[in-house]
This record gives sequence, structure tokens and C-alpha cells, in this order.
Amino acid sequence: MYTDKVMENFKNPQNVGVAENANAKYTVGSPECGDIMEMTMRIENDRIVDIKFRTFGCAAAIASSSMATQLLKGKTVDEALKLTNDEVINALGGLPPQKIHCSVLAEEAIRGAIQSYKSGEIGE
Amino acid sequence: MSDNIKRIYFDYAATTYLDKEVLSEMKPYFSETFGNANSQHWFGREAEKAVIAAREKIAAIIGAKPSEIYFTSGGTEADNWAVKGVAGAQAAVGRHIVTSAVEHHAVLDTCKQLEKKGFEVTYVQVDKEGVIDLGALKAALRDDTVLVSIMYANNEIGTVMPIREAVEIVRGQKRRIYFHTDCVQAAGALDLNVGRLDADLMSVSAHKFYGPKGVGFLYVRNGVKLEKLMIGGNQERKMRGGTLNVPHIVGLAKAFELANENRERNNEYIGGLRDRFVSRVLSEIDNVYLNGSREKRLPGNANFSFEFIEGESLLFSLDVLGIAASSGSACSSGSLDPSHVLLALGTRIELAHGSLRFSFGKDNTVDEIDYAVDALKKKVSDLRAMSPLFYQFPSEKSKV
Repeated sequence: MYTDKVMENFKNPQNVGVAENANAKYTVGSPECGDIMEMTMRIENDRIVDIKFRTFGCAAAIASSSMATQLLKGKTVDEALKLTNDEVINALGGLPPQKIHCSVLAEEAIRGAIQSYKSGEIGE
Repeated sequence: MSDNIKRIYFDYAATTYLDKEVLSEMKPYFSETFGNANSQHWFGREAEKAVIAAREKIAAIIGAKPSEIYFTSGGTEADNWAVKGVAGAQAAVGRHIVTSAVEHHAVLDTCKQLEKKGFEVTYVQVDKEGVIDLGALKAALRDDTVLVSIMYANNEIGTVMPIREAVEIVRGQKRRIYFHTDCVQAAGALDLNVGRLDADLMSVSAHKFYGPKGVGFLYVRNGVKLEKLMIGGNQERKMRGGTLNVPHIVGLAKAFELANENRERNNEYIGGLRDRFVSRVLSEIDNVYLNGSREKRLPGNANFSFEFIEGESLLFSLDVLGIAASSGSACSSGSLDPSHVLLALGTRIELAHGSLRFSFGKDNTVDEIDYAVDALKKKVSDLRAMSPLFYQFPSEKSKV
């Protein structure tokens, strides 16, 4: 069973889409595993001014993506790198054990996106 | 859920409601005629009479003898018992079992357990519609094969198997091999006459045809050697000890009787709803595939794969609108593995993740079908807009 917070984020996911003029992007997961998460960010002066996601996955994957983007909007890059999947789970009021990996995907997507920004692989 | 939201039940393959007529037949056996069917006094004899009548009713419907009907707690128990019971009784003769790749886990997991105990199991493949390959079945039979277990109709995709033909192949062997068929999904929709099907063992569960949950039966042809399921009681000819659940047994028989009487009418009505649903979904939504067979199919079953989206998120999107469907089968939802049935059909793994089953019953209406198709169109498009896979179309390039 999902918590109300998960269902709320699933029903009305926040920050869906692609960040405009994104300079950070990462996609994690595979169709074979049943979930793919794509994070895009616009980072200015090491601060995340815009963050958006697109997710193929279960309700928990969509809710985890939505929650992670909300937790990170306006945060600095260093703060974002400290975000753990446990924080996403807590903010969602918990996830069923077999869905914990959805929050891990969100964490990986964020780290990957910030890495892509730091390495400058996404052009301005 | 708020009252102004519609509540539409499209999960009749998971379970049905209990028919009012069945409930009223059961009621006296809870507190009035409450005796133990094994007691010798008046109270017991009254309960025993009800059990005898139920057994006779069921036997008559399937063309069996009353002594060939064993009451169980439902389909899973009947499947477990049939497979383990025959394997156990025949272990000295042979230790090979043949089943199909698309069986319910009640059969598959029982076979897996037997493999750990030294049995060998051959899982016969199915074609892309989910129909067992009869040639492969024949080729799988060995001198030490003691049991073949093939379901009559599949719980996920509704495919109806050629049981009679499969039985004939097995009967063509020199040595007697017992044939079990899991009829849990077929019961109610298909004729289970044992003379026609010719199987040796057959599992049935009441809550799939408007009967109570927690009761079913295993048909065991007289002469089949079967290990006892539970010992410590004289019930069920000492094969399954334990006080009989009289009200539920009465309900099982009544529900089975009603299902049999109304079978053709119900099938025609439910099949009509299903056909309307399937044609509308296939014509009004792009990149959607019907899993299973169009013709060799239970009337109440529809199972689709929606490209670019994952089944569970679609399930909850519909749930929010009051529409109940099922991703995979109810028993395995919660597991992350895609359906073993869809994978056996050769369905691409991402499409197997994007599957949803809709199963219809006698109380569904055309209005519900139309409402659900409209809702489905909207939700599929919402989820696709959110899916990175959708933007990588064509899907051949979707590997990340």
C-alpha cells in the first residue's frame, strides 16, 4: 500500500517535463527493468534554478521523481549531492520495501545530472 | 473514496462478489444448521445431508460420481494437492512431470518445490497466443512421466487450452500418465464435463463464479492414486482431514449450479462487453497490443500492453477514477518481475511491464465500458507525456 503522500505525488506530479536551457541531464534505468528516470536541470551559479523529470515506471517511481525534484529546486549543487534516497522516502512518508529501488533511482539520476553539469558535457 | 466517483469493477478474474442467491442458501448453515457433518447425532446428520447434496450437485454438473469430488479451501490447495499428491503417490513409478510455462504459480511453484525433492519437470512452451504446443507436449512425455498438468484457461490472458487434445496425446502413451487441469479460471465460463475433457484431476474455486472465497474442490477420477493431503480426520474419505466448512460447501454448489445454468447467457453478455472494450481500445489508442488470442479466449478477459508506459502506474491512474483493473495477476503484483505468462508468449520485456488485465463480469454495463475506454485514453496519453520512452519513439531505439 502506498502512503497518501505517494498517491498525491503520483496523481499530481510536480516538475514534469524538460528543464528549459538545461545544462544538466541524466537518464537512469532501463525498459527491461520497468523503470527509466530522466532528470534535467538548469543550474546557474551552482544553484539549481529549474529541475524537471520524465519517468517511465510505477506509481512509486513517478512519486519519487516528483518528490526529489521538489526537494532540490533552489538548492545548491553541493546540497543536491548530499540528497539521499532515504530523504526521498521520508518525504514520501515511506515506500513499500519492494519499491525502495525507485528512490535509489531518483538519487542516481540527480547525482548523474550534477556530474554531467560539472563535467560540462551538456553544452550551454 | 468519495461517493461522487464511479466505482467500476473490472477485476472479476481476481474474484467475484458473492451472489445474493448463493448467500441466502448459505445463511442457515452458520448458526441454525451448524452441526459438524461428522457428528452422528441429529445436528450432524442435518449438516451431513447438506454436504452430500452439494457433492451430488457438483458431481452431476461435471458428469462425475460424488465420490470423485473432494472439497478444498480453494484453487491453490486443489492445485497443490493434485500435483504433490500424484507425484508423491507415483514417486516409485517415475519422477517426471510435464506442465506448461504459463501455469498459475499454484502449479508452477509446486513443481519447483518438487524439483528440489528430486523430480524433473518439463515446462512446455506456448505459441504467441498462449496456446500450448501439442507437438512439444508429446515430445516431452517420457517413460518415467507420471503427471501432466495443463490449465484449461489462463488467468492472465484468458487463453483457452486444447485440453481434450492434450489428454488424447497423453492417453496415447503406453503407460498411464495422470492428467490434471487447473480449471480455476475456466469454471463458470466453460463446460467442465469430465466425459468431454477426460482429465483425471481438475481444480475449481468458488469465488471465481460468484461463490464464497475459501472453498473449492478437486475432482479426482476413481482409481487415481493420490497421497493424502491432511491426516487426522475421516473427512473426504480420509484424504483431507478437517471439519467440513458446511456453509461454504453449500455456497460452492449453489454458485456452481447457477453458473452452469446461466453459462451461455452470461458468456454472450460478458463476451459482448469485452468485444466492445477490445475493439474500442485497439482502434482508439495507438501502440497498444492485445495479449493472448482473439478467439481462443475466456469471454470476460482482456489483456493489453500499452507501449511506453508501465502497467502499475496505469492501474493506479485508473484506480483514482474508480476503475479497478489488474497489472499482471493479483497474486504476483507487488513483485517486480514482469509476467511469466507474457514473457512465455515472446512479448518484449518492456511491453510485459506495460500490461494491464481487465476482466468483466455479469454486472458490468456498456456505460461502464465506454466510461473506462474514455478514461483509459486520457490516462494513457498523460502517462506517455511523462515517459522518456515515448520521446525515443520508434521504440527499436529505446534501449538505454
